[in-house]
Amino acid sequence: MRQDLYAAYSLWLREMLRFFRLKSRLIGSLGAPFFFLAFLGMGFGSGPALPGIPQGTAYVSFLTPGIIGMTLLFSSTFAGLSVLWDREFGFLKEIMVAPVSRTAIILGRTAGGVTTSIVQATVILLSGIALGMTVTGPWGVLLSFVFMIFIAATFIGLGLAFASKMEDMSGFSLIMNFLIFPLFFLSGALFPLDRFPSAIRMLAYFNPLTYGVDGLRHSLIGTGTFAPALDLAVLVVSCLAMLGLGAYLFEISEVK
Amino acid sequence: MTWNKSVNTLMGGTACKDALMNNRNPREDVAILIKGLTKRFNGLTAVDAVDLNIKKGELFGLLGPNGAGKSTLIKMLTTMLKPTGGSATVWGYDIARERNEVRSSIGVVFQDPALDTMLTGRENLDFHGRMYGMSSSLRKKRIEDVLELVDLSDKAKIKVEDYSGGMRRRLEIARGLMHHPNVLFLDEPTLGLDVQTRRHIWQYILSMNQREGVTIVLTTHYMEEADYLCDRVAIVDNGRIVALDTPDNLKDLIGADTITLETQNGADQLQQSLQSFDWIKSTSISAESVELQVDHAQLRVPQLIEAAYRNGVIIRSVGLHAPTLEDVFLKFTGKKIRESEGTRNAMYAMMPRRR
Repeated sequence: MRQDLYAAYSLWLREMLRFFRLKSRLIGSLGAPFFFLAFLGMGFGSGPALPGIPQGTAYVSFLTPGIIGMTLLFSSTFAGLSVLWDREFGFLKEIMVAPVSRTAIILGRTAGGVTTSIVQATVILLSGIALGMTVTGPWGVLLSFVFMIFIAATFIGLGLAFASKMEDMSGFSLIMNFLIFPLFFLSGALFPLDRFPSAIRMLAYFNPLTYGVDGLRHSLIGTGTFAPALDLAVLVVSCLAMLGLGAYLFEISEVK
Repeated sequence: MTWNKSVNTLMGGTACKDALMNNRNPREDVAILIKGLTKRFNGLTAVDAVDLNIKKGELFGLLGPNGAGKSTLIKMLTTMLKPTGGSATVWGYDIARERNEVRSSIGVVFQDPALDTMLTGRENLDFHGRMYGMSSSLRKKRIEDVLELVDLSDKAKIKVEDYSGGMRRRLEIARGLMHHPNVLFLDEPTLGLDVQTRRHIWQYILSMNQREGVTIVLTTHYMEEADYLCDRVAIVDNGRIVALDTPDNLKDLIGADTITLETQNGADQLQQSLQSFDWIKSTSISAESVELQVDHAQLRVPQLIEAAYRNGVIIRSVGLHAPTLEDVFLKFTGKKIRESEGTRNAMYAMMPRRR
C-alpha cells in the first residue's frame, strides 16, 4: 500500500519533469485557449451585451470560466490519451512490468494530468483577470479549483478509456474533432446555453463540461444557470464514472 | 504485506529470502518451471504447449527465427500477456495468479526500447528504482553500480533522446539489473546493433551472470550469440521447442568436422593414399575434391597435406567446417534460419497485425 502510493507519486513526478521540460509544448497548448480568450473577449466584449448574459457582467468575465473549462477539457483528455504515447514509445511496458498495482498507476497518471491541467488553467485565469475579468473573491477562486479538479479528472478518465481501446494514434484527430470540439461548443463556454434550440440544449445537459463551466462561473463571477450544488454533484458522479471506466478498460488491456 | 515479502526478496534480506525460496520452491534449483504453456491469438498459435525447466544461475537461450514465439513466451513469463493454456512459475510464483510477486522477482529488457527519451539516463534509472520501492540511498548506490557496469557513468546526465542505439540498449540492460532481480529476461538484447557493440553487450551479459549471479533468459535469432553466451539453448520453431541442450551437445548431434581438400590432379589418387589413416570416419569425392569426416579437423590437416605430397598429389585448397548451431537448426527444422524467417514474415504480413 505504501509502496503503491510511492509509485503513484513517482509517476506524478515523472509527469512534472516531462511537463516542465517541454516548454514548447506547454506554450503551444496554451496558445489556442489564450487566443480564444483574448480575441473573442475583445471582439464580443466591445459591442452591445450578448443576450442571456446577466446585466453588469462583462463578456470577458463570462468567457474566462468557459475558456478555463476548455483548457481543462483539452489538456486532461490529452493527458489521459498520453498512455498511447507511452505505448507507442514502449515506456508503458516499463511501467506495466513493475510490481505496482494497476490502481496506483492510474492514480499517479491522473494526479499528474490533474496537476498539469490546473497549472494551464491557472495561466488562463490570470490572463482573464489581466484582460479585465472581475473575480468575486478569494473563496470563490478557491472553490473554482475544486471544480477544476473534478473537471480534469473526468476528462482524464475519458482519455484513458479511449487510449485503452485504441491501437495507435490514428484515431486521435477523430476524437479531437468529433468528440472534444463538440463537447467544448456544447458546454456553454462561449455563450449562454439558452441561445441553442431546445433539442441541442438537451444534448448540452448530458455534457459534464456544461456543469463544470457553470460551477466555475458560480465560483469565479457569482452567476450561473444551475444550482452550484447540482454542478458539483453532477461533476463528482461523472468524474467517478469516467475514471472508473477508464481504469477498468486500462486494467483489461494487454500490452502487446 | 505482499509488498514486504517481495521487498525482502528483492533487496536481499538474505536469511528471509532463503527461507522464502525454500517454502515456495520445492525444487530449489529451479528458477522457471513451464508446463504446457500455450498462447493463441485469434486462431494463430504463437506458443504451443511448451514444457521447460530453467535452473537457477543459468544463462539460458531461446533461439529461433522472428515469429517463432520466443517473445510471446517471454511476455507470458513476465506477466505482460495472459496464457491461454498451461501454467508456469517464475522463482516459485505462478505467472497467472501471483503476478505482482513474479514482477518483483524479475527484470526485463524488452525487444523494443522502453525508455523515457525525455528524461536523462540517471532519471530513467531513478524512476525504475522508485517503482521497485528502492530507498533513496539504495537507488543512488545502485545507479552508480549499474552505470559503471555498462560504461555509461559519464553519460548519466544526458537526455536519452541524445543516446545512440547501443547506449540505449546498455542503459536498458543496466536498468533491468538495477533492482537485483532473481531472473533477468533479455528479449533480443543485441538486435540491430553493430558487431562491436554486440561484443560489448555480450561481455556485460556474461559478467552480470557471473558477478551478480543472476539467472538470465535471453531470446535471439543470432546463432553465434546463443553459442557464445548460453549454458543451454532451446531451439524454438513454430511455437514449439524442437531441441534443447548445451550448444556443444547440440553441435555433437550433427557429428564430426568436415575437411574439404581440392586437388589439381586426381581426387581418386588422393582418396586411396589416405586409406591408411584410421581416424578418418568417411570420405567422399565430388569432382576434384575429397570430403573427409573427422574429429579435431585442425590437428589432422598437416598429416593430410604430407600424405598427399608423398603420393604426388598437389592440393590447391583446404576447407574446414565445424558444425554450428546453424547446422543444428537446419537439422531440427529442415530449413535455414533466414529462410524460415522469410516465410514467417510473409505469413505475418497477411495477418491483421496487433501491436
